[in-house]
Amino acid sequence: MQPDAQRNIYFDHAATTPVDSRVVEAMLPYFAERFGNPSSHVHSKGVEANQELDQSRETVARLINAPAETIIFTSGATEANNLAIRGYLEANQERGKHLIISEIEHYSVINLCLKLKREGYDLTLLPVDNLGLVHPDKLNAAMRRDTALISIQHASSEIGTIQNIKELAIIAKEAGIFFHSDAAASAGNIPIDVVDLGVDALTVSAHNFYGPKGVGALYLKPGIKLEAQIIGGFQERGYRSGTENLAGIVGMAKAAELALTEMPQRHEHLSGLQQRLWDGLSQKYEFLHFTGHPSQRLPGHVSFWMEYIEGESLLLFLNVYGIQTASGSACASNMRGQDEHDLAASHVLTAVGVPAEYCSGSLTVSMGKGNTTNEVDYFLQIFPQVVERLLAMSPLWADKLKGKNPYQ
Amino acid sequence: MPEGASPYSKKVMDHFVNPRNMGEIADATVVADVGNPACGDMMRLYLKIENGIIVDAKFKTFGCGAAIATSSMLTEMLKGKSLEEAKSISNQAVAEALDGLPPVKMHCSVMAEEALIKALEQYNQSQEQKPGSFEV
Repeated sequence: MQPDAQRNIYFDHAATTPVDSRVVEAMLPYFAERFGNPSSHVHSKGVEANQELDQSRETVARLINAPAETIIFTSGATEANNLAIRGYLEANQERGKHLIISEIEHYSVINLCLKLKREGYDLTLLPVDNLGLVHPDKLNAAMRRDTALISIQHASSEIGTIQNIKELAIIAKEAGIFFHSDAAASAGNIPIDVVDLGVDALTVSAHNFYGPKGVGALYLKPGIKLEAQIIGGFQERGYRSGTENLAGIVGMAKAAELALTEMPQRHEHLSGLQQRLWDGLSQKYEFLHFTGHPSQRLPGHVSFWMEYIEGESLLLFLNVYGIQTASGSACASNMRGQDEHDLAASHVLTAVGVPAEYCSGSLTVSMGKGNTTNEVDYFLQIFPQVVERLLAMSPLWADKLKGKNPYQ
Repeated sequence: MPEGASPYSKKVMDHFVNPRNMGEIADATVVADVGNPACGDMMRLYLKIENGIIVDAKFKTFGCGAAIATSSMLTEMLKGKSLEEAKSISNQAVAEALDGLPPVKMHCSVMAEEALIKALEQYNQSQEQKPGSFEV
């Protein structure tokens, strides 16, 4: 088989999405023409910028069915998660010292909460079942009198599972506990209604739905106190100071507007691709195991792990054939690290019960609105060849063929 | 190889995509296993040794791109070498022959060196039972 230099198939939309050309177009005037600072609200450039900021806030709010004044623009989901969690704890210190998050949160929630633990908070990591779902009874059991905050992601970018946030948020509400959900992977890709979900705060990221990087938002239900994490002037009602990234915010709003109108057709297209890929892979290998929920998952998202094959070599080989995917393999985790101590197998995979010796063979294929059935078919044509090559190199596979169990 | 961006050098990618000496030696003098699946990499090194010379070297590796490329390069470097010469091949030498590895991947070259050390030890042990044979 010959590497195909012509192919350039992007199947890693869970990592980031390309900025829609209509979004780029909407952003362009805000660099050199409408460059005003929204805080300069007396002169024309400033007024113009302020109006655009207000309008963008309304559009982004509409994406999650929220009132405009509940939206705080941030530099992205990581900042929004930090603001929600640490900001709430600092402003509500009387609420207690106990935090509850799931085991499969994004690093911006997990690592922040581990730091808070070192600072004296108690932390409970809620287990998930093997499909990646947090169970309401587990949440009920974990809640204490001094629980200050619960944060559970809406959907997992790694295994695709969408949580039953509504069920979980009701439990928190009944107990009077602040409930935050990180919807970075889902917002703009599936319908979200913060009123229906019943959350107190929700994180949105622009670059996950064809908007630019470096901009996100936190929805904060009215009446809830937060302590600012970035201190300065009066931007974002003082919750987040710093001159607004207006071009980015305009881009986020345009991406939200497109998502609102195009979501049904995108969903249908992606579900078709997802089914095609799933059908093409299932039944093919007895040593391929899908991860996440089979139906309650992000559209266009297929994830699995394989025995006998290591994930980074799978990624590299697919990349040689022009297909870009992701892996939770330790070896693929942090190529810019200093040494092997910067490598770790995905905590999400271990949480859904994938044994450590198999975690290295994981793959996440996340498709986007620009992908085609032709690309899925190309993947299905190349994938078995890559698997065959890697099996031929694998001493584990050699042992298996000789009737030995290489994992014992 | 297409000119696509890669975290690895061209040489690493060449050895990864077209590994040299990949396979098994049916009548190998020694076979050494290092690493394990839980660590994400495992290498099996096969050496055929005749009169103190490594006449053939092959490998099978489960692991990342760096692990496969260093396995391939190690076997290339070993073929035709005397046991004395082979002993002096370090993981740095293997990594350098591949035009370097990202710092985070240097441990993969250590795995190749460990496989070599283990194979040579096994060979020495097998030779200790045969008086008068070549020893490293």
